[in-house]
This record gives sequence, C-alpha cells and structure tokens, in this order.
Amino acid sequence: MAVKTLPTQARPHHHARPRGAAPRRMPQLKTVIIAAAAYVIAFVFLFPYIVMLLTSLRAQDSLRDVTFWPEEWVWSNLTNFWTSGLAGNLWVTIKVAAGSTILVLLVALPAAYYSARHNFRGRTAFLILVLITQMFQPTAMLVGIYREFYQFGLVDSTWSLILVNGGFNLAFAVWILNAYFASIPRELEEAAFIDGNGRFGALFRITLPLAMPGVITALIFTFIAAWNEFVVALTLTTTPENQPLTVALNSFIGQYQVDWQNLFAGSVIATIPVIILFALIERKVVGGLTAGSIK
Amino acid sequence: MKRLRALEPLAWVGPAVVLIAVVVLWPVIEMIRSSFLKISRFGVVQGGNGLANYEKLFGEKDFADIMVRSVIWVVAVVALTVLISLALAQLFNQQFPLRKVARWALIAPWAASVLMTAIIFKWMLDPEVGVINQIRLKLGLIDAMGGAAADQLGDASTAMPWLVFVAVFVSVPFTTYALLAGLATIPADVYEAARMDGAGRFRTYWSITLPLLRPALTVAALINVMNVFNSFPIIWAMTHGQPGYSTATSTILMFILKGSDIGESAAMSVVNFGMVIVLTVIFLRVSRWNKEVA
Repeated sequence: MAVKTLPTQARPHHHARPRGAAPRRMPQLKTVIIAAAAYVIAFVFLFPYIVMLLTSLRAQDSLRDVTFWPEEWVWSNLTNFWTSGLAGNLWVTIKVAAGSTILVLLVALPAAYYSARHNFRGRTAFLILVLITQMFQPTAMLVGIYREFYQFGLVDSTWSLILVNGGFNLAFAVWILNAYFASIPRELEEAAFIDGNGRFGALFRITLPLAMPGVITALIFTFIAAWNEFVVALTLTTTPENQPLTVALNSFIGQYQVDWQNLFAGSVIATIPVIILFALIERKVVGGLTAGSIK
Repeated sequence: MKRLRALEPLAWVGPAVVLIAVVVLWPVIEMIRSSFLKISRFGVVQGGNGLANYEKLFGEKDFADIMVRSVIWVVAVVALTVLISLALAQLFNQQFPLRKVARWALIAPWAASVLMTAIIFKWMLDPEVGVINQIRLKLGLIDAMGGAAADQLGDASTAMPWLVFVAVFVSVPFTTYALLAGLATIPADVYEAARMDGAGRFRTYWSITLPLLRPALTVAALINVMNVFNSFPIIWAMTHGQPGYSTATSTILMFILKGSDIGESAAMSVVNFGMVIVLTVIFLRVSRWNKEVA
C-alpha cells in the first residue's frame, strides 16, 4: 500500500527548512503509544479466533469448565474431526467452493476479456448489469432463489449451490478482470499475434499471464465467498449429508448432547485456511470492491 | 459471414449474461410473482392471492416493531462502524514497528465466515462458561456464573447491543481497509500546505482529510448498508430473533415466514428490497455523493 511512502515523500521538504523538521519528527513516546494501541486493537480482533482455537484443543469432558486455557492440550481433536460425520460436510463445502470458482473462471474470463478489448453493441448494458449484480445479495431474494430451484427440482443438490455462488460472485470477478485486461496494452498482444501465435496463442501466452494477479484475486475471492456462504445453503439443502460445513456447524448449536469439540475443530478447519488465503489478496479486494461501486 | 461476426460477442459474453439472468434476475422476478400467489407449505401454487399476502404481513402484530428495529439496526451498525473505522484507519496509517502484522490481524473477522464469528461470540457469551462472562465476573459486573444476569442473549435489552457489537466487529475490518486505501490517495503536499498555513492537527483532519476521504467513505458506508440490512447469520446464530420476535429484523422475519407461508415471506422480501433501495437513495442524498463525486 502506498501509505508507507507518505512520510518519506514529505521528508525532503523538511530538510529544506531545518527549523520545520523538529516538531514533525515523531517522539519516541508517541510511537510507543501508537504501537501499543494498535497491538491491543489487533489482539481484540484476533481474540474470538484465539478462543476458538483454544476451545478446539480442550478435552471434551472439560468443555463446561470455567477456564480459558485448556487443562490438557488434546491435539487429536483436530485429527478426529476427519473421521467424524462433519468431514462429509467439509467435503460438500470443498465441492461447492471449488465448483463455483471453476464456474466463475470459465464464465467471467471470456466476458471480462472481450468487454475490455472490444466495443460491441450492448457492452455498456452488460457492464451496468454486472454493476447492479454486485449490489445484489442472495439473502434479499432468498424466497425467489428457493422458488426457482424448487421448480428446477434442484433443491438439496450441490449443483444449485455451485450455480448460486457462481452467479453472485461473477460480478466481482468480471469487474476486477476487466480492469486488468484493459490495463494490458493491446500492442503486446498484437505483436505476439503477428509473430504467428494466432489469436488464442497470443491471448494465452501474453495477455493471460500478465493478468494473472487479477485472475488469482478473483479466484480466491470467489472461493472464500463460496466457502463461507451460509444463508443460501441453509435454504437450499435439506438432508444433513448434503449440507456444507457452515450449515452443519450451525445445526450443532441448540442440540444438547453434542460433541462440542468437533464443532470447534470444524470451525478452526473452516476458518484458519480462509484467513490465510485472504491475507494474500486483501489489497486487491479493497480496490476491486470500492472501484466496482464507484465507477 | 457478417451475421456470424455479429454473433461473436454472444459467444464471449453470453454465458455470463445467462448465469446472471438465471441466478440473480430470475429470483427477483420469481420473488415478486410469488408475493401475489397463494402457495402451500409444500410449495404447490394454489392460485392467485391478490394483495392478501401483503395484508397478512402488515397485519402481523410484530411487523411494525420489526421494521423499526431493522432501520435502527442498520443505522446503528453502519454509524458505529464508520466512526470506529475512521479512528482505526488514522491509527493504522501511522508508522510503528510491525505495522504489517497488526494490519494482518485486522483481516481475520473480514475473511472468516460471519456465521463462524457469530457462533464463537455465542460461545463466549455462554451464561455458565463463556469467556466474556468470566471477564465480567472478574470485573465484578456479575456475582456468579450462570443465572439471568450472565445470560446476555436471553433478553432483548442486553442481546441487541451484543448483536450490534458483533455486526460492527465484522464490518470494521473492510471499512478500515477501504479508508486506509482512501488515505493513501491523499497527496502529502496537501498536508504540507495546511501545515504552512498554520492549521492545527484537528483542523487539518476536519477540513482536509475528511473531505478528501469522502469518496472512499461513501462507498464503504454504502457497501455496509447493503450488507448490514441483509445480514442474517449474526442474529440467526446468536438469538434466532428470540425471545419472541424481540431481536428479529426483517430478514429474520422473512426466513421464519418461509417455513409457514412462502407467499407472505415473498411479500416480506419485496418490502425488504424496497427498503434497501429507499435507504440507499436517502444515504446517497445525505452524503451528497452525486454532487461531489459524479
């Protein structure tokens, strides 16, 4: 982020006026206070996930004890998860997330590329459609989604979840990919075309590799969104085996005799990977989301 | 040949249009249509229903309360989110050691599923063993674990603030990051000029930073309005809208109605949809977005 360069840009001006430099230099104490405040806030935002991790490592019979730290560290909770019934739900989540990511890739890439390179009739209409879609949320039209898939006979099917997640994340992918393709000079592609690569050869050898950061951002964003999705899955899946992990974990709550530590192991497995994935693309997501709604 | 050329865009863009039409637009039409139909619990259409679904919805005794609560919910969550994020963006924009690591920590609630975060908060608020109640016990806010005082989610007057807290908690990271990106676009020489004119720190922030931050602020707040109005998992996981309907918003009511009367639930969705549009227009008016940006 360019924020980092701000103070360094300002510094030469200070040196030009030696008297002005003194009050601007950050006193040691101020830095300490700022850092301490930032660390405390960072800890607050991590705290629930730390609690989640610690709870997942507690022995099952100690879960109703009033304690913060596990009395004994039961690492096997995390491995036992894979043989519990929830592993099947994790598998559904993986299928939905991977399926909608592939769907978005197949559909968004050509659309974004073509609308960035060619001026065709309906181009503006298409881009406006994409923009409006980005504002729509599946929760707002849940009944419509349910009615539609009921008529298709696709209720309780993984395919319907892949379709819905793909459809609602398409807009962001098209938007960010369109911006990437538009920023790659047409001349590069034409040069490769003249060198005898053919139109698709030029696209695959030159343009696509240059757009890779955008492609990866769009893919990870779609994957995470589909991975975390809850409301649509809650509405469209009825049998426990067909539910993704979010829905399965939610139905854990409210039951009395449950393997609570499986719930927390499940949430650790459902949460930690996406936090790490998200950290990789965070910068581009902010740009994509805000730019998408401004222009 | 010429005709084939004309069909070319269709091959590239067509699939995207079809997917959006089938998954996003069709449900909107289906939702509006369903709101005028009489539909059995099992999904069988039993004919037209005129405005009866809407009449039944407006006649629900909790309807008015729920709509008022939904608006307060959106305004409270978005306002708190924006205020806190403005402060955090300012803080995380300063230079300090390990700033990158601290910023990464902020990502967690944004990346994690909102449902998971809500489940963890429900666990932390558990009346008998929850961490938050352990802390409240240490601070002397409650006398013992368990009991009514520790059951924060059991009563609307204490549950609502916690629901708002969790909603703000998951909204702040994105908003802060959007504002940090906005701060990065403000050129350093603007501040230099303000300093030379003798503007104090507060004055500089009020007359320079905030106005220049307005585009980022508007977009971030708008995205939050959409998200918060449609936010379902937090309330669903933590209280189910209970006790009674005392912590329910319109989205929760819509979901509950879906189990008993799909037509009425569709009517609720349509009303909800209208509310989002109205709120958005009001918000854009208030923030004078059209004049300043477009």
